[in-house]
Amino acid sequence: MALPADPAPELAQYAHPEKLVTTQWLADHLTDDGPRDGLVVIESDEDILVYDTGHIPGAVRLDWHLDLNDQVVRDYVDGEAFAALCGARGITRDSTVVFYGDKSNWWAAYALWVFELFGHPDVRLLDGGRAAWQSEGRPLVRGFVERDSTEYPVIERDDTRIRAFRDDVLAHLGNPLIDVRSPAEYTGERTHMPDYPDEGALRGGHIPTAASVPWARAAAEDGRYRSRAELEALYQGEAGLAPDDDVIVYCRIGERSSHTWFALTYLLGMTNVRNYDGSWTEWGSAVRVPVVQGADRGQVPAGLTKRSQA
Amino acid sequence: MSLPAKLAEVVDDFASLTPRDRLELLLEFADELPELPARYGEHPELLERVPECQSPLFLAVEVDSGPQARVDLFFSAPREAPTTRGFAGILHAGLDGESAETVLGVSATVLDDLKLAEVVSPLRMRGMASMLRRIQGQVRAAQAG
Repeated sequence: MALPADPAPELAQYAHPEKLVTTQWLADHLTDDGPRDGLVVIESDEDILVYDTGHIPGAVRLDWHLDLNDQVVRDYVDGEAFAALCGARGITRDSTVVFYGDKSNWWAAYALWVFELFGHPDVRLLDGGRAAWQSEGRPLVRGFVERDSTEYPVIERDDTRIRAFRDDVLAHLGNPLIDVRSPAEYTGERTHMPDYPDEGALRGGHIPTAASVPWARAAAEDGRYRSRAELEALYQGEAGLAPDDDVIVYCRIGERSSHTWFALTYLLGMTNVRNYDGSWTEWGSAVRVPVVQGADRGQVPAGLTKRSQA
Repeated sequence: MSLPAKLAEVVDDFASLTPRDRLELLLEFADELPELPARYGEHPELLERVPECQSPLFLAVEVDSGPQARVDLFFSAPREAPTTRGFAGILHAGLDGESAETVLGVSATVLDDLKLAEVVSPLRMRGMASMLRRIQGQVRAAQAG
């Protein structure tokens, strides 16, 4: 059975407070033998070795590249592989799974989003991630965590609800899009983040009409999500989204936009937000898709408007 | 060109381990990466950035001219980037103090023999190949110049 939600008053402001846990809640749910029954804690980082430098006691590692991605086709693992990776980590369909990680939870939010593709019922994010836990002087331990394996059912991935593909984005043009990359990536000055490897996009710029809201604006200085009022001012005020809008978010490979997808979906309660995981590494190299350069959002090209309204 | 003895030893160490222990060894290399000497620590502009790495990595190569000249390697990467530090640690352990000729003779295929791709992913291994390429580029430039 799912564990009760974290009753911390600071979470109550959000549309779905049960999707976040505070560091204190997590600490209270750890025993000397690791997470209490029914709880599994997963660390998911950009740098795979960060976990080995010390992790929350009893937390298991899940790597976006080695575990969640299919190693041949650019796609996520299928239902059988997902069942295997969950089973090996002692996760059952009833487990409450709390994700945390480095880089303000980019990869943790991404892993959580992939769990949602498989409809795992209870997934939560540790607000503030690894940095918040560490900054409070809470324990990090080294060593391998062995959990008793479980039988996780084979569930078919549902790509229709919260995931968008390139053709979905083309058909969506004219409806709200949020580009969460850095301003230089948005304008087309760069095709990748400064200080990051270029994973390859042949063109720079953004998808026509996309609003630029860099992901980090959803996070406060300490890595926790900003207040609901601040998030509303940002996404509904500044970016102009309406609560019932059909929205697609994207970045470079879908990880930073998972962080924004989480904010829109669970903190603001929007029900129709999809993450385009192909993101700029696909769009920026695709043949004949429209691209806009510069700071302006741009227009949907005339030939495509009919399609988007159809 | 045969592999320098120290690098060959590191490769053997990794190859003989289970995948989980390979990660553990990589972490040891990350932990043991020497600090930058003050002459670089105070002058980061002397270091070359390796943008292909997932996290920022900077390196410097000191070498005189001549094929037998000794190559000294210096790296800088943040503690929060242990994989990148581990890669740098392997190259430092394997190549620091070798001759220019020996360093230039190392083929990037040796990195495959570390068997790290399956534990850190091929994408991340690209950063290590870039480090080696840039080290060799600096040695080559010093030899030419």
